[in-house]
Amino acid sequence: MTLADAQPQAINFDCETGNYHTFCPISCVAWLYQKIEDSFFLVIGTKTCGYFLQNAMGVMIFAEPRYAMAELEEGDISAQLNDYEELKRLCSQIKRDRNPSVIVWIGTCTTEIIKMDLEGLAPKLEAEIGIPIVVARANGLDYAFTQGEDTVLAAMVNRCPSKSPVAESEKEERNAISKLLNFGRKKEEVTESESEYVDHTPLVLFGSMPDPVVTQLTLELKKQGVKVSGWLPAKRYTELPTVEEGYYVAGVNPFLSRTATTFMRRRKCKLIGAPFPIGPDGTRAWIEKICSVLGIEPKGLAEREAQIWESLEDYVKLIRGKSVFFMGDNLLEISLARFLIRCGMSCPEIGIPYMDKRYQAAELVLLEQTCREMGVATPTIVEKPDNYNQIQRIYDLKPDLVITGMAHANPLEARGINTKWSVEFTFAQIHGFTNARDILELVTRPLRRNNSLKDLGWDKLVKETAKV
Amino acid sequence: MKLAYWMYAGPAHIGTLRIASSFKNVHAIMHAPLGDDYFNVMRSMLEREREFTPVTTSVVDRNVLARGSQEKVVDNITRKDAEESPDLIVLTPTCTSSILQEDLHNFVERAQLEAKGDVMLADVNHYRYNELQAADRTLQQIVQFYIEKARKKGELPEGKTAKPSVNIIGMSTLGFHSNHDCTELKRLMADLGIEVNAVIPEGASVNHLKNLPRAWFNLLPYRELGLMTAKFLQEEFGTPFVDITPMGVVETARCLRAIQKILNEQGATVDYEAYINEQTLHVSQAAWFSRSIDCQNLTGKKAVVFGDNTHAAAMTKILAREMGIHVVMAGTFCKYDADWFREQVSEYCDEVLISDDNAEIGDAIARIEPSAIFGTQMERHVGKRLDIPCGVISSPIHIQNFPIGYKPFLGYEGSNQIVDLIYNSFTLGMEDHLLEIFGGHDTKEVITKGISADSDLAWNKEAQAELNKVPGFVRGKVKRNTEKFARERNLSEITIEVMYAAKEAVGA
Repeated sequence: MTLADAQPQAINFDCETGNYHTFCPISCVAWLYQKIEDSFFLVIGTKTCGYFLQNAMGVMIFAEPRYAMAELEEGDISAQLNDYEELKRLCSQIKRDRNPSVIVWIGTCTTEIIKMDLEGLAPKLEAEIGIPIVVARANGLDYAFTQGEDTVLAAMVNRCPSKSPVAESEKEERNAISKLLNFGRKKEEVTESESEYVDHTPLVLFGSMPDPVVTQLTLELKKQGVKVSGWLPAKRYTELPTVEEGYYVAGVNPFLSRTATTFMRRRKCKLIGAPFPIGPDGTRAWIEKICSVLGIEPKGLAEREAQIWESLEDYVKLIRGKSVFFMGDNLLEISLARFLIRCGMSCPEIGIPYMDKRYQAAELVLLEQTCREMGVATPTIVEKPDNYNQIQRIYDLKPDLVITGMAHANPLEARGINTKWSVEFTFAQIHGFTNARDILELVTRPLRRNNSLKDLGWDKLVKETAKV
Repeated sequence: MKLAYWMYAGPAHIGTLRIASSFKNVHAIMHAPLGDDYFNVMRSMLEREREFTPVTTSVVDRNVLARGSQEKVVDNITRKDAEESPDLIVLTPTCTSSILQEDLHNFVERAQLEAKGDVMLADVNHYRYNELQAADRTLQQIVQFYIEKARKKGELPEGKTAKPSVNIIGMSTLGFHSNHDCTELKRLMADLGIEVNAVIPEGASVNHLKNLPRAWFNLLPYRELGLMTAKFLQEEFGTPFVDITPMGVVETARCLRAIQKILNEQGATVDYEAYINEQTLHVSQAAWFSRSIDCQNLTGKKAVVFGDNTHAAAMTKILAREMGIHVVMAGTFCKYDADWFREQVSEYCDEVLISDDNAEIGDAIARIEPSAIFGTQMERHVGKRLDIPCGVISSPIHIQNFPIGYKPFLGYEGSNQIVDLIYNSFTLGMEDHLLEIFGGHDTKEVITKGISADSDLAWNKEAQAELNKVPGFVRGKVKRNTEKFARERNLSEITIEVMYAAKEAVGA
């Protein structure tokens, strides 16, 4: 694919339904338990599930863990044991040992196959032990990797309180003491004085973000007079955002389509469908869309975006004119590809485990527009790719960079192909204006590393040339 | 249901895949849902493997569940057979897909009709076996398959090799220091004049398995992997086996004497006593170390050992017999083989703990308060919390167990490595003493910015001489502490008085 044949063209969608590798959706536990500080995650599955969390995710179940496995044994599988009694025994122990504000049951492939009725058991047990139990079916039969978070957040949407909180003044008074105690400490949350905000229908954002990113995105919106009423998830389960009919909701990640749907269908909220706040282009588009829906004229966004791009130039010049291939792993692929194309890269193929064309509609439009404006061919989007076929295509296309799951990184590197692990984008802080630099830090790392090693002539570190 | 925070051994399919992907040109097809295939990640990342892991997942999703898997699994087997022409394709389900109770044997038979290579179903109960048991079972299954195949074709070789020879059984990918152990054992066999007939499964070709009966004996360095295969070969061909783990100087000697006996019974005349003696007393540093003055300070120190059967048992014996260390508790997570462990260690320790519940082990360590722990990554973590040093001696594997440099656990070089590990794990007597005098290991605050700030401080002759008397490994520390003390008090010259005032201030 050369620049010459780049025509404005529709994106080409393909679904290989191949044999591909991503992490199991239960991996969301690894970041959600840290985000929701008063939670306990109980993964109800087999040894396979537990060993995965322990090993592949590098999540050693260390000191004072707030998650555990309910390991299904032969008696559970063959239904010789009573599911309710077993779960009650485990959850009572968790309550005794840890006393969390919520227990999240993570259903797995196995609970699906043996048709364990977690949703039916939870309310009864919840009443009996007095701790809320949220059920998420983060199984690999239906979902991939990051979609696990989607299942948890979708389940939590139903638990968001539906009444407005007590009046602001009363709340402040009650917090007087804690305010005193916090004297002189820089507050993490954005303190609000109402006057800075435009009067608008409340807006709730969803997506699990590290706290600094929450603050950054909240502040960016505040600059436009937009007040974020709450985030799902909040730092504590007890602080779930209030959600009323007619509220606006907006997602920060492309893999949260079920959560979006649940907000709309179950809570009668209105979804703001925007590109995702990844890269300065995406962040600007995201804020603009939110502003336009709320009837606010955004101020200074073009300057802000231009300023960020300027600060990125030292990285952008390393990748301009190069090509990137996404094997597909974490569903962030479309947003990242769009940003990298805006940086001047070309992208022949975006593999993605699951493509929700409706929830990602605005992102897809922006991708097409970006390709047009940058004069590069639109990528082929391959849903459920076949990794073996992809590797043959990579041999043919010889992209400058392959963004891939962990299983393929070392073998590709050994064949002289630059790679970056896709999981790093899952865990790094990549959202908003400020963090665009971190994306490029990751993307350019293999290129910079290879620049410093290039004179050694160590391109290929395998003996036989790749078969086929 | 079992509440579990930590697993010492993985699920069965990991064991099967370890065996399959250790062989050359063998491919495994996993019949599993998305995400069960993290074995590929483990192998690729931990072993830093350059080749694509020869494991393909035939993805089970909702559609496959609704339609049935047969077509897809058979297609994937025949597809892989055409793409990469492996000698053997091993089909394995996981805990999840094994519940579907599909007739996987039938899938394999169907696929075999089309495939040019061999196709086999790994026959393991995923709810009764763990990783280690499944690996043992799968290795035996593959060996048996190829022995029977050769026998049917009349291709089984007759007789033994001319010179004494051995099959080393149990070396596999993702084993604990297994790659280095393998090198060490090969060197050891070469020293003894024993030909290595085969190493399985790592790097072996299934087409050569028919030659296994040519070996004079089988060597099983690991209790967990290979015993079923060795017993099978013994039953079929009468091949004797040695299952003494050559770990530590004493056990290595015992292992070599067992080999000697077996070879001499088959008509060889070998005598390894001189070799054992030379290695033990003059080549290996381990025996000398236990006599050296350093080791005196370890006498009577308390230790806890925990790990898989092989390593925990061997380590217990080394500590107790070769180092004079008091092993208060020895434990294993190999519950399925507990009797063997008890029999091996009970005379060398006060208590035996058989458990795979990490909390139970952690509690025992807290109660015993040993000076050092030799355990897995989990016990290392427990040790961190309790401020007890821990040397890691056993799986579950971790990236640290795949060092680039040569670090075997077996044989004479392994004994040296273990001695280093033991020595470095204890806070030693001498160091203890000096640390007490001069106030600890950790600098809590930065003393100066930059490292060349000593220009404004002068040590007088006596103080300098005194400083030089402090042993090298804590000298820098003492110097920094003293200078920091002097700077805080605006002293420009450091005298012996200042030095000891500093020592007191730090101690206070």
